[in-house]
Amino acid sequence: MYQAIAWQISVIGVLAIALVFLFVFLRSGEAVEYAPVQRRFYRIRTVWFIVLLVLGVWLSAETLPHLPYAATHGRAGAEPAVTVDVTGHQWYWEMDPRELPAGRRVAFRVTAADVNHGFAIYNEDSQVVAQTQAMPGYVNELRHTFREPGTYTVMCLEYCGLAHHRMITTFQVVEAEA
Amino acid sequence: MANPYEPDNRIATAERRVVLAYMGIVAVVLLLMMVFGLLMRLAQGELVGLSDMWFYRVLTLHGVGMVGIAGLSGAGIMWYFLRQYVDLSLAVAWLNLGLFLAGVALILASVLYGGFAGAWTFLFPLPGEPMGMWQRSGAAAFLVGLLLVGVGFLLLHLDAARAIFARYGGLGRALGWPQLFGHNDGNAPAAAVVASTMVLIVNTLGLVSGAAIVIMMLINLYAPALAIDALLAKNMIYFFGHVFINATIYMSIIAVYHLLPRYTGRSWKSSTKAFLAAWTASTVMVVIVYPHHLLMDFVQPQWLHITGQVISYASGLPVLAVTAYGVVTILYRSGIRWDMASGLLALSGFGWAAGTIPAIVDATIVVNENMHNTLWVPGHFHFYLLLGVVAMGLGFMLWLARTYGRAGESWVDRVAFWIYALAGLGFVAAFLYGGRVGTPRRYAEHLPEWVPYDRIGSLFAVLVILTTAVFVIRFLASLRTASAP
Repeated sequence: MYQAIAWQISVIGVLAIALVFLFVFLRSGEAVEYAPVQRRFYRIRTVWFIVLLVLGVWLSAETLPHLPYAATHGRAGAEPAVTVDVTGHQWYWEMDPRELPAGRRVAFRVTAADVNHGFAIYNEDSQVVAQTQAMPGYVNELRHTFREPGTYTVMCLEYCGLAHHRMITTFQVVEAEA
Repeated sequence: MANPYEPDNRIATAERRVVLAYMGIVAVVLLLMMVFGLLMRLAQGELVGLSDMWFYRVLTLHGVGMVGIAGLSGAGIMWYFLRQYVDLSLAVAWLNLGLFLAGVALILASVLYGGFAGAWTFLFPLPGEPMGMWQRSGAAAFLVGLLLVGVGFLLLHLDAARAIFARYGGLGRALGWPQLFGHNDGNAPAAAVVASTMVLIVNTLGLVSGAAIVIMMLINLYAPALAIDALLAKNMIYFFGHVFINATIYMSIIAVYHLLPRYTGRSWKSSTKAFLAAWTASTVMVVIVYPHHLLMDFVQPQWLHITGQVISYASGLPVLAVTAYGVVTILYRSGIRWDMASGLLALSGFGWAAGTIPAIVDATIVVNENMHNTLWVPGHFHFYLLLGVVAMGLGFMLWLARTYGRAGESWVDRVAFWIYALAGLGFVAAFLYGGRVGTPRRYAEHLPEWVPYDRIGSLFAVLVILTTAVFVIRFLASLRTASAP
């Protein structure tokens, strides 16, 4: 669940850039010779470039091993306990079964009967926990392990016409039997 | 210090007029589309009643209208500065505008009379499968309208290519490759030429892809037996859409490169390895980064997804380390002459740089699984469009008004500037926070827990519109004088 961290990183990043621009704005009045300013700023830029590069490589190394796709998410010995067939229609979801175990890997095989839809699973706190596209002619396999039992809501996250926002359904996640 | 309002002698009156026509249409349509945007936020905030049908029609018009005028604004800026270096055709510039207006008329008719509401991304097969929401002729009119607009831009870029070839002998030279890969003699083409060359390369590819899928969909509308693969269509549409909307900022930034030096008395050298490398790298990256729009299409090859994330990260480097950094460098202790134009152009440097952050965050695949198609997405693109592209366009308009239209400015403009900047930030923050709490994008109705953020967003939208109106009126009032010989 990356919503909080996404927001925090963005706020900090935007504020940092805003502060740089504000600092420069406040120092823009008094004119000095350009060449020394350029030399100084270009030196700082080399450091800035390296910082950005290191940050990008580090973030890639941290996040790329955890991709949601079957190739990485379905590592050996972790075959799905349950497979759910999902079909998006204008404007309802066909889904079977609707009771899923907590703590076990579930595979959603998602497709669409008519136009593009977006199969997004919301938890009880209205946060997207996982999603994939529902597309005519293709089956996208989404694997997810539900940590918490409860009622989960499916919403459509790809615009599909008039009742796009009403294309909502629910399913239950229950404690798995020992 | 140089006078920032020195008219450009290399631009004839007739040539200035076409640019003024571009920007005049942009100004009017921008305000109208902003009102459409506000209407949607008010409806989501339950402050006005708007039927679902009309919400999605307004959504379609707002999207296609804003993308269209972002392109037109960028084209106006590009044409004005590029014309000073190469022999562009005035007839082609007018032809592009004529095709644009014809396309707009068809698109308006498709939505208002044909009922089309397939969103500006017109993902196949929705235009042909509306469940009675619109007529087939409405979908066809929309696609033909889009095609006309696209053909206009394609002709404009091909004309730019012809003129650049005639002057520089090749696209590589126009991108400054001899200086980038060999000895830098300091004679690389001007920033306007380098940027226009990059844009013509990427936009020609994007527009051809867009035109191809539009024609395929038009045929399929009337002959469904000629089937189209939905995933192929999605790739082609997002490739076109991504490249086109990105090209708008790469065209508009030319105003920053060429006008801030006039306000600061400092030069913006294009003949540096960093500048030329940034533009060559961006040429490649804008073309190959589009898979970040399809990260939730799990059947796509995994290497395409990873390319989408890695190239998205890399795309931030030229912006953060070269262009926005260049804005900061040229402003610092420059004794700049501040006015609305220079203020908006400086703001646009911030808007573009800061707007890359939520974009890069969302291009991270594990984040995208939680944030894709939530309000986070309009949050990020409104950030760099409103505080980047629009600020560049408005800055250029106000510079034209001041330079050719003898427009003045008062405390009203200065107050408007700061409100625009702060309300713009608040407006995008409301979108981003909506995404943070899981609000889907493109929803006519919102759950009660999302409504407060819609209302906050609406309030900021009102302030943005009022302040934009100040700039737009200032520009439109100067048009008669500005277009005089």
